[in-house]
Amino acid sequence: MSAATPPLQPPIVDPAQTFGSVTDKISSIVLSKKSPLVWLVGFGIAFSLTMLLLYSIGYLLVKGIGIWGVNVPVGWGFDIVNFVWWIGIGHAGTLISAILLLLRQTWRNSINRFAEAMTLFAVACAGLYPVLHLGRPWLMYWLFPYPNTMGLWPQFRSPLVWDVFAVSTYASVSLLFWFVGLIPDLATLRDRSQHRFARFAYGILAMGWRGSARHWQVYDTCSLLLAGLATPLVVSVHTVVSFDFAVGLIPGWHATIFPPYFVAGAIYSGFAMVMTLAIPLRKIYGLEGLITMRHLQNMAKVMLATGLIVAYGYMVEAFMAWYSGNPYERFMIWNRMTGPYAMGYWALIFCNVIAPQTLWSSKIRNSVPVLFVLSIIVNIGMWLERFIIVVTSLHRDFLPSSWGMYRPTVWDWSTFAGTIGLFAALLFLFIRFLPMISIFEIRQILPQAEVTEPQK
Amino acid sequence: MSQIFHRSTNTFSRITIFGAVFILALLTWAFGELSRSTYATQAGVDREQPVPFSHAHHVGGIGLDCRYCHTSVENSSFAGIPPTKTCMNCHSQIWLSSPTLEPVRESFRTGKSIKWTRVHDLPDFAYFNHSIHLKKGVGCGTCHGRVDKMPLVYQERSLQMEWCLDCHRNPEKYVRPRADVFRPDYEPPEDQMALGRRLVSEYSIENRTSCSTCHR
Repeated sequence: MSAATPPLQPPIVDPAQTFGSVTDKISSIVLSKKSPLVWLVGFGIAFSLTMLLLYSIGYLLVKGIGIWGVNVPVGWGFDIVNFVWWIGIGHAGTLISAILLLLRQTWRNSINRFAEAMTLFAVACAGLYPVLHLGRPWLMYWLFPYPNTMGLWPQFRSPLVWDVFAVSTYASVSLLFWFVGLIPDLATLRDRSQHRFARFAYGILAMGWRGSARHWQVYDTCSLLLAGLATPLVVSVHTVVSFDFAVGLIPGWHATIFPPYFVAGAIYSGFAMVMTLAIPLRKIYGLEGLITMRHLQNMAKVMLATGLIVAYGYMVEAFMAWYSGNPYERFMIWNRMTGPYAMGYWALIFCNVIAPQTLWSSKIRNSVPVLFVLSIIVNIGMWLERFIIVVTSLHRDFLPSSWGMYRPTVWDWSTFAGTIGLFAALLFLFIRFLPMISIFEIRQILPQAEVTEPQK
Repeated sequence: MSQIFHRSTNTFSRITIFGAVFILALLTWAFGELSRSTYATQAGVDREQPVPFSHAHHVGGIGLDCRYCHTSVENSSFAGIPPTKTCMNCHSQIWLSSPTLEPVRESFRTGKSIKWTRVHDLPDFAYFNHSIHLKKGVGCGTCHGRVDKMPLVYQERSLQMEWCLDCHRNPEKYVRPRADVFRPDYEPPEDQMALGRRLVSEYSIENRTSCSTCHR
C-alpha cells in the first residue's frame, strides 16, 4: 500500500488550490451578503424544530416528567438514551482536533473546525437531557459542589456526579480549543470584511490578532497544550458516562467491558456524524477541493475500526452472559435477542455490525452516496444501541411482578426532534457566520507552504 | 483602512480577563450572603399577631412555664398552641376591659380560634418532633432563643438545613441536662464540650444525619 496509486490515495487538498484561492473560497461563504437557498430552507426547518424543543421543555416545566413515557420499572428512557447518543457524537471533534493534532495527521486540517463545532453543539444538546430529567430542573445547580445553606455536598461516590464534572469539563475544554483555533481565521475575516459591524464583531473575537511571529509561536504552544489537555477527555468522558450504567447493579449494565466499548462507540458515532455533515456540505458549498475523497476514506476507515471494537463489545456481552453462569445475565441477553425489543436489537446489529463491513471494499469507500447512507445507518444503529442498553436492561426487573414496557410518548419524540433541530440550527448559524474550514491550517498543508532551505 | 478599535481597547480587554475572575467570585460571595441573610430567612423579624401577646411579660415577667401553654411539647411532634380557654384562666379575672384583649374574649364567646401567625414554619418535607429533642436534652432556647425577652416572638435562628445539621452532626455542642431544658435563662457552662460529651453518651444521642431522619 506504500506506493499508493492515485485512486487509492487521493491528495489531502486539491493540488490546484493556492493560498489565495483557499482564503477566498472559505471566507467568501461567510462574507457574502446572500445565503444560499438550501441554507435558508434548512435553517428554517431547524429553527422550527428548535421552537418545538422550547415548547416541549416549557410543557415539561409546567407538567413535570410525567409527560414522558418513563415509569417504574423503566425510569430512564429517551432522556438518557439521547444524552448518551449526543455526547457520543461529540467525541469525533475532540479526537480529530486533539489526538490527530498530536499525531500530526495533517488531513485533519480540513475537517477539524466543523467537527469541533459539531462537538460543541452535540454536547449542548446532550447537556439538556440530564438537566431536564431531574424532575425539578430549576434546582440543577445542586449538582455542583458549592457552599450551600443545606450544609451538604453532592454524593461524590456517585458516577452521576462524576458525569457532571466530565461533561462540563468536556464542554469547556472543547469550547476553548475551538475558540483558540478560530482566532487567526477571525482576524482574516476582520481584515476582509467590508461591513462595519462585521469588522467590529470579528475584531472583538479575534482578540487583537496581528499574525506576528510571536503570536504564532504563542498560538502553537497554546494549541499543543490544549490538545494535551483534551486528549484524556476523549477517553474519560464516555468512560464516565458508561460508569453511570456499569456501577449500577443491573444485568445488562453491570459489565467491565462498558468503558472501552462506550468510548469506541462514541468515536464510531462521532465519525459517522462528521461524515453525514461533511458530504452534503462539500457538495452545497463546492468544497470538494478541500474535503477530498482522502478525508472520506480516512473517516470510513476509522468507522470500520471503531465499528469492529463495538462489535467485539456486543460479542463480549453475549459471551459473558453465558460464561458467567448467572441466570439473570443469561435471561437479560436472551430477552434482548428474543424479547419484546428483539427487533431493535437485531436492527442495531445490522446497522452497527453488518452494514459497516462493506467498508472493507475500497469501491464502497470511494462512493460518496454509499458512504452517506452508511453514515446515517451507523447513526441510527448507535442510537438503537443506547436504547437497547437503557431500556431492555430495565424493563425486565428481577421480580416478574414488576415487569413493564417502555413506550415513548409524543413529548419524548418532540424533545428528541427538537434537539436535532437545535443541533442543526446551531450548525447552520456556524456555517453562515464562521469559517467552517480552518483557513490557516489548510494554507499550512498546501504545497506552496513547503519551504526549502537553500543549501549553504 | 482605518482603525476599528481605539488604543484603550487593549487595556480594557486585559482588565476584563481579570474582571471575569473577580466578578464570578463576587457573585458567588453575594449569593452566599444573600441566601443566609435575614432577608431570606426572616430571622429576627417579629410578626404581627392578632393579639400582641408578649412572651417577655408572661415568661420573663410572670414566670409561666413553657408547658403551661404548649402542653403537648413533651409527648408530641407538635408543641401545641393553647386554646383560648388557657388565656381565659387568668383573663376572665384580670384585664377584663382591656380593648387589646377583645379578640380573646370574642374567641371565647364565639368558640372560634384566634388566628395566630406562625413564626417557626418548617417546610412540609422536613419532619420535626419536639418531644424527642427535649428527651435528648435540647433546650427550648437552643432553637427558639431567649423567648422570655421577646415582646413579640421572632425566629431566632435561620432554620436552614445547615443549621439543623450543625447540631445533628455535633450534638455535644448544644445538649444540656434534661432538668434544664425548660429554663429560659439557661447559659451553657464553660466546659460545654465536656458536659456535652458526657450527656451524649448518657442520653444515647446518635448523630442522626441520614436523609430519612428528617425527610421521611
